[in-house]
Amino acid sequence: MSAAQVTLRGVTKVFPAGAGGEPVHALGPIDIEIRKGEFFAVVGPSGCGKSTLLELIAGLTPPTLGEIEFEGRVIKDTVPDGIGVVFQEDACFSWLNVSENIEFGLRQKIIATEEKVRRVAAVIDMMGLRDFARSYPAQLSGGMRQRVCIARTIVAEPRLILLDEPFGALDQQTRLLMGDEMLRLWRETGATVFLITHALDEAAMLADRIVVMSARPGQAIDLVETGWPRDRDSRIVERENFGAMTSRLWKTLREESLKTMGRAGKGA
Amino acid sequence: MQGESRAPFRNTVILIVGLFLFWELAYLVVGEVALRSPWETIRFLGNLMRTDVFWLHLADTLKAFTAALAIAVALGLLIGFALGLHRLSGDAMEPMLVSLYSIPKITLYPIILLTFGLGISAKIAFGAIHGIIPVALFTLNAVRNIKPILIKTGRVFKLNPTVMVRAILFPAAVPEIFTGIRVGFSLTLIGTVLGEMFAAQHGLGYLLMNAISLYNIDLIMAVTFLLVLFAASVNGLLLAIDRRLHHG
Amino acid sequence: MSRLRIYQFAVIAGFILLLEALCLAGVIDKITMPPPHIIVRDLFRMLLAGRYFGDIGKSLANVLLAFGSAYVLGVITGTILHGYRTARDILDPLFATYYAIPVFAFYPLFIVIFGLGDGPQILIGFLLAIVAVIVTTLNGLDRVPPVLKKTARVNKLSPLQTALRITLPFCAPYLLTAAKLALAYAFIGVIGSEFIMARAGMGYEISYAYTNFDNATMYPLILLILLLSIAANSLLSHWERVLLARRGQK
Repeated sequence: MSAAQVTLRGVTKVFPAGAGGEPVHALGPIDIEIRKGEFFAVVGPSGCGKSTLLELIAGLTPPTLGEIEFEGRVIKDTVPDGIGVVFQEDACFSWLNVSENIEFGLRQKIIATEEKVRRVAAVIDMMGLRDFARSYPAQLSGGMRQRVCIARTIVAEPRLILLDEPFGALDQQTRLLMGDEMLRLWRETGATVFLITHALDEAAMLADRIVVMSARPGQAIDLVETGWPRDRDSRIVERENFGAMTSRLWKTLREESLKTMGRAGKGA
Repeated sequence: MQGESRAPFRNTVILIVGLFLFWELAYLVVGEVALRSPWETIRFLGNLMRTDVFWLHLADTLKAFTAALAIAVALGLLIGFALGLHRLSGDAMEPMLVSLYSIPKITLYPIILLTFGLGISAKIAFGAIHGIIPVALFTLNAVRNIKPILIKTGRVFKLNPTVMVRAILFPAAVPEIFTGIRVGFSLTLIGTVLGEMFAAQHGLGYLLMNAISLYNIDLIMAVTFLLVLFAASVNGLLLAIDRRLHHG
Repeated sequence: MSRLRIYQFAVIAGFILLLEALCLAGVIDKITMPPPHIIVRDLFRMLLAGRYFGDIGKSLANVLLAFGSAYVLGVITGTILHGYRTARDILDPLFATYYAIPVFAFYPLFIVIFGLGDGPQILIGFLLAIVAVIVTTLNGLDRVPPVLKKTARVNKLSPLQTALRITLPFCAPYLLTAAKLALAYAFIGVIGSEFIMARAGMGYEISYAYTNFDNATMYPLILLILLLSIAANSLLSHWERVLLARRGQK
């Protein structure tokens, strides 16, 4: 496909010991390459360090060992330009309405006011939020609030969008529709998308390539190429090899999940 | 919110009418020996407000109250922010502040009088010690409970510390802080008047206690009514602002 | 001891030591306040000699009366009100504004109506406490999840059984919070009234001692009130925390 946009080499993350505890080896060593413009997903059992992986790539936390590169430059603990992040939790600013929340995404950009207004309006339309532009997050459902957060992220036109289980709190049908929206956005913006999810069918449906992580400390144990066409949507589930894809993911994941549950039973 | 009622305006009107009816009823039962009717009280208050003496006392109370409120809010915010930002201090001091909240602060008035003398500074101190704790407590919690996700979001947007405070931390904390100020307002008023009732030569509280020794029931009822009216209406206003800040 | 406890202990100890130092150095003169150790000593002597027991007893009795009546009536009222939406909605503005109102301002009026005795003081304490109890009870009842009530119906529990075996245990922390608030307010109401105008009681004695420049009596009594109030509050708070911790809430 295309050149590597993000490279992780031997990346390990160890969290220092908390009060009276032990250091936590959360992740790695892990080697990953994310290609420019692709839709890349990560699945793995709970606690395997998926979110840590995302925070490492975003520059929110530095790696203990190894190196992370974004567009050729090393990332340590500053968030590089051109990266957007949508978190799992609700990150809407409750004191701003939808429009103002999205406009916040353009804060750091030095562009004329008319251009800002235009871009915000465009994104509001893209995300189907036109009727809610003046509403406050408290008046919206969880799904809509996530859409606002996504809108706030993409209005800045990032080259890499990181999504940390953004649809975790939503019901299945909404998730599938949001998945379609994510694909549409991906095509329209041309950005690279990095998605973390625990839903296998979601990963199988949305991604070009999927990495399966082991139980903690998370390491890459499988890499699956789906080979889907670029203009896909949720109806991909009707394809014959979709089931095979999900099965392959589950076979690898099931063992790792059992390991995690076993450990959880011992009071980890 | 399950607790929120419908048609709040209509309910308030019904409530106020109900309270006046209750008052009238009590007056009819108890009689002139100890009460006055609502109408008599309002008329007396009207006359009272035409005297200079009244305004002198009122001014005294208001002077002490505004100074006490300013101190309570300023110190409360300072303490609240400091404790909110430093986790260990906040966790340790909060239960102690809550304990202080529940002691009868009037117990400390003699100490304050001994320290400040019998002037207006003692009154200001009375009021301030009542208001400072709720402001501090609410501010402490407002700062402490800022969702970490908002700070993470600020970092993703690469905001420098000043901007982070101005654009995220402060607006996120304002609703709770305002509630603290609202409660602080009421408690400072109560504290100031209480101080005047205990030991003062001027002010509405003093007027009340003086009215007892003169057995001036009209005056007692008029001043009580005025205090209740003022406290209730300002608090109602602040409540409305509070609700809007919390954006339903 | 955890870091937290050490911190708290250090703050309290530091404060007392500071006072002690300032008094002994003469920065705080004897007329304003005696050194803390003298106050504690005087309190011990006072208690051992049994002085002011009458006043202490009277104050505490009045506090308990105010507390008891406010708590019982408050819980009952709250429970009844919970079932009558309209009445509750009408009273809602009153509850929301209640604690902004200087209830002490009614004290002179009560003295005129009932005479200068225990009545007005207990009434003030009662009035201060009751609304907190009502509001907390309503809060607790509001929070009983509908799923628990449905579970009761599925298990064919009678209304009384539902109340005793589901609603009451669920609301226990709130009932405890209500007691804590009621006690604090009853204390403030009764003692406060004694300060303003009374013929007996701890508040009265402190006020009297102040007028007579009797620091040796005044400060120990003040300390006693502070200790009693903090002790009662801490005990109930601790109990409250234990109950909530058992349920995984903070």
